[in-house]
Amino acid sequence: MGMTMTEKILAAHAGREKVAPGQNIWVNVDVLMTHDVCGPGTFGIFKKQFGPDAKVWDPEKIVLIPDHYIFTTDPHANRNLEILRTIAKEQNLKYFYDAHSPAYKGVCHVALPQEGHTRPGEILIGTDSHTCTAGAFGEFATGVGNTDAALVLGTGKIWLKVPPTMRFIFDGPPPPYLMAKDLILHIIGEIGVDGATYRAMEFAGDGVLALKVEERMTLCNMAIEAGGKNGIIEPDDITLAYVKKRTDKPFTVVKNDEDASYYSERVFKSADIQPTVARPHSPENRATARELAGTKITHAYIGSCTGGKITDMQAAARVLLGRKTAVPTFVVPATMEVARAMEHEKVDGATLKQVFESAGAQIAPPSCAACLGGPPDTFGRLNGREICISTTNRNFPGRMGSKESQVFLASPYTVAASAVRGRITDPREFL
Amino acid sequence: MEEIIEGKAFILGNNIDTDQIIPAQHLVYNLDDPEERKNFGRFCLSSVPPELSGLPNGHIPFIEDGECASEYQIIIAGGNFGCGSSREHAPVALNMAGVKAVVAESYARIFFRNAVNGGYLVPFETPQRLIDHIATGDRLRIDLQAGTLTNLDNGQTFSLSPLGDVAEILKAGDVFAYARTAGLY
Repeated sequence: MGMTMTEKILAAHAGREKVAPGQNIWVNVDVLMTHDVCGPGTFGIFKKQFGPDAKVWDPEKIVLIPDHYIFTTDPHANRNLEILRTIAKEQNLKYFYDAHSPAYKGVCHVALPQEGHTRPGEILIGTDSHTCTAGAFGEFATGVGNTDAALVLGTGKIWLKVPPTMRFIFDGPPPPYLMAKDLILHIIGEIGVDGATYRAMEFAGDGVLALKVEERMTLCNMAIEAGGKNGIIEPDDITLAYVKKRTDKPFTVVKNDEDASYYSERVFKSADIQPTVARPHSPENRATARELAGTKITHAYIGSCTGGKITDMQAAARVLLGRKTAVPTFVVPATMEVARAMEHEKVDGATLKQVFESAGAQIAPPSCAACLGGPPDTFGRLNGREICISTTNRNFPGRMGSKESQVFLASPYTVAASAVRGRITDPREFL
Repeated sequence: MEEIIEGKAFILGNNIDTDQIIPAQHLVYNLDDPEERKNFGRFCLSSVPPELSGLPNGHIPFIEDGECASEYQIIIAGGNFGCGSSREHAPVALNMAGVKAVVAESYARIFFRNAVNGGYLVPFETPQRLIDHIATGDRLRIDLQAGTLTNLDNGQTFSLSPLGDVAEILKAGDVFAYARTAGLY
């Protein structure tokens, strides 16, 4: 019997001809990514285990991207940025995108592909659960803790239990009012927040292949919200065009064997799916925007690795063009590349930045910002009993700051439409 | 890994995510500094909604104000414990608070890996949902060899699922010790 993409990538990196779900194997890692929240601790463990003068296994395979707590006066957070600088110098790391420098990029999961670090067929390990985003490029990508990452720093290896693959097939291109966020919230509502625990989630079908790279990233990004080990999409011409524009490094495209076996296969008709929202306090609390229509909100937030990409900004701007927001609306482009694009990409003659500003939204420089709350002075943070609709990925108690706040998750279309009304709104009213 | 773990129970519900275990604003402390590290204990489980903190009645703080260690050493939880972010600060926080074991119906895998690979605590699974049978404050005893959890206050005994492959890592102490014995480096 054949293997799935995930199994084939893992087998190739374990030096085996074949692996099967459930097997524990040691694999070689192609790229290790860490950031300001987990980088200092990871290198702390590395030094404790491998010695104070130890060198990392390959300084060209580590990507250091500060992105979480950048624009804050918190002294501990700023100290952590300093620690990263020391590490990068000491270890002679080739890829260090330092905060407050021209090299700064912003949110790691969006910066990694933009800088050419995500390539089909590879294994990417990151100290962040949303590392699974990179599965959109046909690679095995997963998040780990500091200890696992420290072992990778020293040896280039990690142990993994081979996950079985759940396939989610979208039949037909999504209608114009839907975004990848609706599709993935629909799936999570269907299978629950532990519905894919320790399994690969593969997204397939012409509905998925009709999506741009950034939208595919949204699907894989939220695999972790269903407990998935990784999200993955077979590379096609769209993937390869994106990757080859950003890197000269060779890579191997891996696809499912025709006789691969799957844990499960679900087929959705894209046209049947509605603009979808996850109610507080869990991504699995699915409702349609129509069902929640009229629910009062006090804040709207557009940003993060999930909902701060250029396609997300374009979508939100399409709705906000010529309209005013009724509640405080916070916009945080994921990366510098997105922020720059917002200054020249236009809808109806106005740049995205102009559209947001005319609508009364506030724009901050790229970072993770309030997606995960962060220090009290974080832009857009919920500090009291706010009710926020957000393009981010998690609405756990206290996730965006105060544990008294409430977060609804939705697509950039739905968030923008709701910002205009001050109430949850189905974006079809504006599109 | 200790053969016998004893302590008081703290009961939590389903889907306890790592933001509830250690809210993101506290991730700034240095894990390598013994004094700063205590803060992870101080703020452990501080984002659990009060009504769900210490079931069945709730409204029981896991950590008393200003303290860094908890009077509860064993967490009993429902399904999908540790979901969400990959922050290793979560098992570290529980460890710093003095937690020796978590007994849950199931785990999110990154938390499970972190707990095991870092040797911070023992994550047991149970075939039965224990949160309906044990109350916060009950005195418990876990017997690793026998694979049982006993409520010392009423004598009730429950079985624990075998630890499986990860027992080797827990026995070694952490993944580094395990990797060395496996000849990895």
